Amino acid sequence: MNNIDAKTSFTIMGFLLLIVGILQSWGVAFSILNLCLISAIMSMGVNIQWGFAGLINFGVMGFLAIGGLATVLISVPPVVESWSAGGLGILLSLIFLILIIYACLFINKRYSKYKYKYHLIFAIIILTIPVLKLISGPSIKLIESINPAAQGYLGGLGLPIIFSWFVGGLLSAALAFVIGKICLGLRSDYLAISTLLISGIIVSVIKHEEWLSRGVKNVIGLKRPAPYEVDLQNSEWFINLIEIIHFWSPTTKGIIISSSGIFVKICFSVIFLITLLILLYLSERAVNSPWGRMMRAIRDNETAAKAMGKNIVKQQLNIFMIGSAIIGFAGAMLVTYDGLFTPSSYQPLRYTFLIWVMVLLGGSGNNYGAILGGFVVWFIWIESAPIALFLINIFTFFLENENIFKIHLIESVPYFRYLMMGAGLLLVMRYKPEGLLPEKKIKF
Amino acid sequence: MDFLNALILLSNFVIVPSITYGSQLALGAIGVTLIYGVLRFANFAYGDLMAFGTMCVILFTWLLKSWGVNLGIFPTALLALPFGITLTIIVSLFFDKTVFEYYRNKKSSPVTFIVVSLGIMFVLNAVVRIIIGPNDIVFMDGSRFIISAVDFKEATGLLEGLTIKSTQVITIITTSLTCFLLFNFLNKTKTGKSMRAYSNNEDLALLSGIDPNKIILITWIIASILATIAGTLYGLDKSFKPFTYFNNLLPIFAATIVGGIGNPLGAFYGGFVIAFSEIALTYAYKKFIFYLLPFSSDSTNLIQYISTDYKFAISFAILVVVLIFKPQGIFKGKVI
Repeated sequence: MNNIDAKTSFTIMGFLLLIVGILQSWGVAFSILNLCLISAIMSMGVNIQWGFAGLINFGVMGFLAIGGLATVLISVPPVVESWSAGGLGILLSLIFLILIIYACLFINKRYSKYKYKYHLIFAIIILTIPVLKLISGPSIKLIESINPAAQGYLGGLGLPIIFSWFVGGLLSAALAFVIGKICLGLRSDYLAISTLLISGIIVSVIKHEEWLSRGVKNVIGLKRPAPYEVDLQNSEWFINLIEIIHFWSPTTKGIIISSSGIFVKICFSVIFLITLLILLYLSERAVNSPWGRMMRAIRDNETAAKAMGKNIVKQQLNIFMIGSAIIGFAGAMLVTYDGLFTPSSYQPLRYTFLIWVMVLLGGSGNNYGAILGGFVVWFIWIESAPIALFLINIFTFFLENENIFKIHLIESVPYFRYLMMGAGLLLVMRYKPEGLLPEKKIKF
Repeated sequence: MDFLNALILLSNFVIVPSITYGSQLALGAIGVTLIYGVLRFANFAYGDLMAFGTMCVILFTWLLKSWGVNLGIFPTALLALPFGITLTIIVSLFFDKTVFEYYRNKKSSPVTFIVVSLGIMFVLNAVVRIIIGPNDIVFMDGSRFIISAVDFKEATGLLEGLTIKSTQVITIITTSLTCFLLFNFLNKTKTGKSMRAYSNNEDLALLSGIDPNKIILITWIIASILATIAGTLYGLDKSFKPFTYFNNLLPIFAATIVGGIGNPLGAFYGGFVIAFSEIALTYAYKKFIFYLLPFSSDSTNLIQYISTDYKFAISFAILVVVLIFKPQGIFKGKVI
């Protein structure tokens, strides 16, 4: 029964995209589809943490940003001058940082009975921060002064960008390990607040450490796993292909340019769809395995699961890392699709809470639900502006176009999407709290 | 003489700003902590409630100004404050009746409440941006300085001029007055005592015949008053921008937890702890040390402990330390 539900809802989603394609343009339809696919992966990550394990993670934005950073660190060619100018200093300070962390861990473990252990660790951290700044300061200045208009940072490894998706996932998992060690024992509301704070810190680090990520100056022109429009427009086979598809009238330059854009988007769609399907397959397998049953048992009754001899702390840390890895993966995909990394665009409303709306609306605890949520919410998010404009024009038809009130409303059209999201979330929580596609209850 | 200069420098850039910022945080944190104590959930919509209240105050300020009403040397916003507060109370009670009451009767988990408050956050966010737009708005009028640097330098002959903005004085006076009234209410009046009792132990309070609906109503009213006042003071001191208000939620939460959730006095101190550490750790002490040292140094270093960009990190670090070592907060003991 449930599966039929999923099928119909995805068919409806497909039809909606078709309508957009016919009414607006195919380019818009495919870019909505691509972001729907990426959003679906993001909400799958959150769903693994929240739906399967009951862990509330409001730090989604931070993991997405880390994934985005991975694309820069992996795919951009290294800036040789910066490395020779300040690379040594950066490496030194990195080693120093690792030493500090090891010292703290060592004290924590070796002197675990010592009364002033935490005072000691605290003192080490406080005292070493200025030293770290002294070591890294000059090299950071050197790096940032090299060709600041285009570079001014260390660059990356120059590898294909697809690698960065996996690296983004790994970096996110590593970060989730640290965060989980600190925060996972906390009560649910404390966990929510601390993850929100941490994501704020991560984004501000990425925003302000220009030697690493170019910060607010953005990294543009990232590599792509798909062909470039310009190459397509000049290649023989593509023009032939368009002529075959577009058989009813002669092909002009304009048609080739617009269809090259659509072709690139279709390439992305195929890659994203394959990724989504693989992740879905893995996730479904995991959920229906004994491990998935154990996670749900921990979610539903922690004490009982503990009594059955399950290591709750370890399992929760595991699933927190897995979910965050998927979020980081999606973050790298998003930056790859955009082709540019803009740290200042990461805002909690768009990158944390919107993803949460996707999960809650789609149905937490159900992979298909999370994917559907990603599709529906992203679709509404994009299409709410035209819909709101349409509605405003209907309701204010009696006002002339110069009316201040009407102009003000039309200017604030972009913000109606927040209203729709909020109202949608409140309605779903009230009347269908299990979401559009509820979790399957397995009966034995 | 150099010592005096250094002291004035410090008071200009660290002491006075932290007291002002701390007061604003403290008011917000008390609101969050009251909601947490009585309604038992972390209200993520509080930052946007502050923005909404401030927006109402700004709209009434513009209205009053268009009528030619002003307060002379004081900002007109003070006159508009009661109207803004009334509107904010109405909105809070509206959301309580339409949204929160249902989940309260169902005895939903705290997480459900958090999620629902996210929904309200989105709605308020949209309402504020649709009505007044997402841009920076300065609505401060009246005189800007109580003591200006130039006058002070002329009067004393010191190198550094003491500046005290009128908004800083207004913030401090308003906060002291509000907190005085609030703590008197909580500690002296019967309603205040029943509020504390309800927050301390719901079942016992119900057994003693305390009306929960009345307590909840009063909690929302007080929280809305505090949100509007805190938001307006922040807006007067800096400027009004909806996104900043959302971001201020984070230090406010940190202050609440540092002070011990559900403890208004703790939240009050928590606000100052967060504000002082944020400002003192991000201030560049170069000039300060230059006055104190007998020799002059040509260091290009700003002598700043952490760069200003990492304000968040300070709230978070304090939060982590508190959560690990004293999860019930620094000022436990009395619960509300």
